[in-house]
Amino acid sequence: MKKIEAIIKPFKLDEVKEALQGIGITGMTVVEAKGFGRQKGHTEMYRGAEYVVDFLPKLKIEIVIASDQLEAAIEAIKTTANTGKIGDGKIFVTDVEQAIRIRTGETGTNAI
Amino acid sequence: MKISKSGLIKTSVYLLPLLGLSGLMAPGAWADEVADLAAKLDAQATQTSYVFNTLLFLIGGFLVMWMAAGFAMLEAGLVRTKNVSMQCLKNITLYAVAGIMFWLIGYNLMYGIAEGRVLGPLFKPMGDFGPGGDYASASDWFFQMVFCATTASIVSGTLAERIKFWPFLIFICFLTGFIYPIVGSWEWGKGWLDAKGFSDFAGSTLVHSTGGWAALAGAIILGARKGKYEGGRVNPMPGSSMPLATLGVFILWLGWFGFNGASQLAMGTIEDVSAVARIFVNTNMAACAGVVIAILYTQIRYKNLDVTMALNGALAGLVAITAEPLTPSVPVAMLVGGLGSLLAMLTVPLLDKFKIDDVVGAIPVHLVAGIFGTLAVAFTNKDVTFMAQLTGVLAIGAFVLVTSAILWLVLKLSIGIRVSEEDEYAGLDHSEVGIAAYPEFVSQ
Repeated sequence: MKKIEAIIKPFKLDEVKEALQGIGITGMTVVEAKGFGRQKGHTEMYRGAEYVVDFLPKLKIEIVIASDQLEAAIEAIKTTANTGKIGDGKIFVTDVEQAIRIRTGETGTNAI
Repeated sequence: MKISKSGLIKTSVYLLPLLGLSGLMAPGAWADEVADLAAKLDAQATQTSYVFNTLLFLIGGFLVMWMAAGFAMLEAGLVRTKNVSMQCLKNITLYAVAGIMFWLIGYNLMYGIAEGRVLGPLFKPMGDFGPGGDYASASDWFFQMVFCATTASIVSGTLAERIKFWPFLIFICFLTGFIYPIVGSWEWGKGWLDAKGFSDFAGSTLVHSTGGWAALAGAIILGARKGKYEGGRVNPMPGSSMPLATLGVFILWLGWFGFNGASQLAMGTIEDVSAVARIFVNTNMAACAGVVIAILYTQIRYKNLDVTMALNGALAGLVAITAEPLTPSVPVAMLVGGLGSLLAMLTVPLLDKFKIDDVVGAIPVHLVAGIFGTLAVAFTNKDVTFMAQLTGVLAIGAFVLVTSAILWLVLKLSIGIRVSEEDEYAGLDHSEVGIAAYPEFVSQ
């Protein structure tokens, strides 16, 4: 089993979700996040005083999938979350040791 | 009922002797009847004007009471989430304390002063309310009380996010029980400033500058928020809710029709009620100009449209026109409002330059626009001189600044007025109140 953590721009969520559902991935967790990579922040002004906003709003999508779905999932996220502009985000892949469905106690790929 | 010519002749034939008889009776009796009727109509007119005057005080009064909600929402919106409960608490308690102090001491200190003098009775609680003369005396007390409460509201915004609750409330007791009533007694109580010709229609100086001076003294003695001026730059701390702040200003705008309009103090004649109407219009237009100047200014100067400055602009316009909302024409009222707003806009960065941390902009809006509005009366009301206005501004400024500073210093040196650094970082909701404003959201 593999875990994908994908940092994306917030407005891309619906597109990414639909693309993942299209290839049979039906579960995911979404976390609100703030972050930056090479995308610079911007300066804002509040009551005459300038300040730099480094952190930009992002969403982190976490999905745990069977290893054979990995390529399809990465492709789905890569295509739909892409805008071509700086700040599109990143995808990270890690191994998952164990997964358990709480309601039934199923483990392994039966749990995802 | 058809009257025939013959019928008319018959009636007059019968009436003629009666008229003659009445003439014989006494010319005095008929005159008495007329006099009686005139007296009855007069009494009715007096009753009507008593009713309308009282109505003006009551309606104006509860409109100004509603400004307390306006201040509460404006301040809640401009402080950070971790301090919102504290701001709400301060606003509801200061309103309560103002009412009590004004009943206990304030009103009679303000209106019990002998003409042309400097000090009224220092401790004379209100007795029972009699019927009064031209209006119900209870309505007059109520109307005056809400102005006292407004003065207190001004102070809580500037000092937000780092002040301790109980010392703040103790200061408010003195502000509402003594400082404001003494200042008010000098002008509306017919004390020495009124004798000198000083004119402040609804309180640009008496209410707004007074609150502003007290806030300024507090801000200097309390110090800026930790981190606001660190690193040799100004670090903004944006407010938590623009909708609440905007709602607050609209509520204040609405309440101001009572604040200025009912300061005509009478509504029983055509002259008076037209004056009230005129005041409503001038008040509104001054605020309009204030907003427009503010957004033009921020767009040109900062290349952005700061909603909080637009809100401040509306209020500065309202404060500026408050000293004389009756005599100006609409264009002049707009000029006064617009200039008041411009001065407020210029003051905001000036305070930062001196490291005076005013969280909501109450000093630019209430103190600076208040002083300007008061001085401007010399140019909008031909019966008022600039020297009289300047005298009032300086005397009241000195008195409020000095007494406030002494109070803040005494409080600072005795029980302390500022929360600890850790408490300031954790937020006053956590450290002073114990109730989070939005407990279901994780605070920063």
